[in-house]
Amino acid sequence: MTGDGVIVFAAGQGGSRLVVQIQTPLSDEVVLGLKAGDEVRITGVLYTARDAAHEKLKRLLLEGKELPFDIRGQIIYYAGPTPAKPGRAVGACGPTTSRRMDPYVPLLLAHGLKGMIGKGRRSASVTQAIAQHHAVYMVTIGGAAALLSRHIRKAEVVAYPEMGPEAIYKLTIEEFPAIVATDAYGNDVFAQVSNSWRRP
Amino acid sequence: MGYGYLREISVDQVAEAVKRLCIESNVKMPAELSYAVAQALEREESPAGRKILKQILENHRIAAEEAIPACQDTGITLVFLEIGQDVHLIGGDLYDAVNRGVRAGYIEGYLRKSVVKDPLFQRENSGDNTPAMTYVEIVPGNSIRITVVPKGAGAENASALRMLPPHAGLEGVKRFVVETVEAAGPDACPPYVVGVGIGGTFDRAPLLAKKALVRPLGTRHGDPRYAVLEQELLEEINQLGIGPQGLGGRVTAFAVHVETAPCHIASLPVAVNLGCHVNRAARVTL
Repeated sequence: MTGDGVIVFAAGQGGSRLVVQIQTPLSDEVVLGLKAGDEVRITGVLYTARDAAHEKLKRLLLEGKELPFDIRGQIIYYAGPTPAKPGRAVGACGPTTSRRMDPYVPLLLAHGLKGMIGKGRRSASVTQAIAQHHAVYMVTIGGAAALLSRHIRKAEVVAYPEMGPEAIYKLTIEEFPAIVATDAYGNDVFAQVSNSWRRP
Repeated sequence: MGYGYLREISVDQVAEAVKRLCIESNVKMPAELSYAVAQALEREESPAGRKILKQILENHRIAAEEAIPACQDTGITLVFLEIGQDVHLIGGDLYDAVNRGVRAGYIEGYLRKSVVKDPLFQRENSGDNTPAMTYVEIVPGNSIRITVVPKGAGAENASALRMLPPHAGLEGVKRFVVETVEAAGPDACPPYVVGVGIGGTFDRAPLLAKKALVRPLGTRHGDPRYAVLEQELLEEINQLGIGPQGLGGRVTAFAVHVETAPCHIASLPVAVNLGCHVNRAARVTL
């Protein structure tokens, strides 16, 4: 692989080719190098946003106003962490179900968002928008929030603190683990595996 | 469980117990749940599935060691109170005490506050995870059994109720349960625990399903016919191939629990309450 994505070691499991290290913000080149099923480790920044934050971002965009952060090249993490205990950067911080954010995806991608992390499947229109805008949807392990929090070095609220866990947080992350679920070519890992383990 | 004499229990004791159980249930996974994950790891053939199950076990360990929640969705809080009929509660309102316990547990335990005051208008966060969903049952004896269940929304949203006609029978029930799990697919954090409530009324069946979910893993329905149904449903669900996190595999569910109740001659209510792989509960008897 060329560009910013660097091959670290071959996982040799689960049909995924490699573990790929990626850095945010994401470029087209990096995104186009990712394939559904690839394991990735992300270093850089994630912005959290859930249902209520997405509604606010949508309103701002439709009113032509500026967003609370520059979303170009960034990754939105569908998550709402638990409060950090004293001395910790963040509490438990795993993904929420991505589906609920589907209606907002085409608009955000059109404004430059490059990646999303959550859990579970996306709609056909999201897959289409991902392919159209050369973006990527990744999943990480739902319910493994204590483990995932170890990859988060810093958490700062950048908008809507009054919404508590639904605020937008800027997370500084190191080797955050994820799997490419929908790649920039419209391949979907869930569609690929759904029949391979099914018994009639 | 004594009989025949009245015992006074202060609602403050209930509040204190609820507080402690809120924290414990979120941080310390039940031993039988960790055991179920380890058993699943033995059975799982998919490499991706095995990797995820290992990470789930690792997550249990980290949560307990660092005393942080296993899942960031620390849920809306269900509190089941089985109150002995010879208990006299003193010192204030019972429901207030339960909410006091939840408030203290979620604030002092650094748990996420995930409850909005109104379901439709404004949806403003209550700020302390209250109110709890409190269920009170009067039972024989003079003690109080408290069960706290933090319920996340992912699996709750994938749950379903159907009022089947009686002629749908065993096959109809099985089809509905399997269809509900299949529809949830990879989205609600599989491997699942599947709680099934059969019978009762439109309101009772989901409560039975919830109670089925709360039943400790490894237990079977007391009626052998339903114990067999639990096993058959589990096998059918595991043939779906959804696997851990929906990335394919043999283990789509750890267990299926069924709870039943008599019902109307014209009814066959079936409720399916999905539990994610972080199927938590903590209990104490006062």
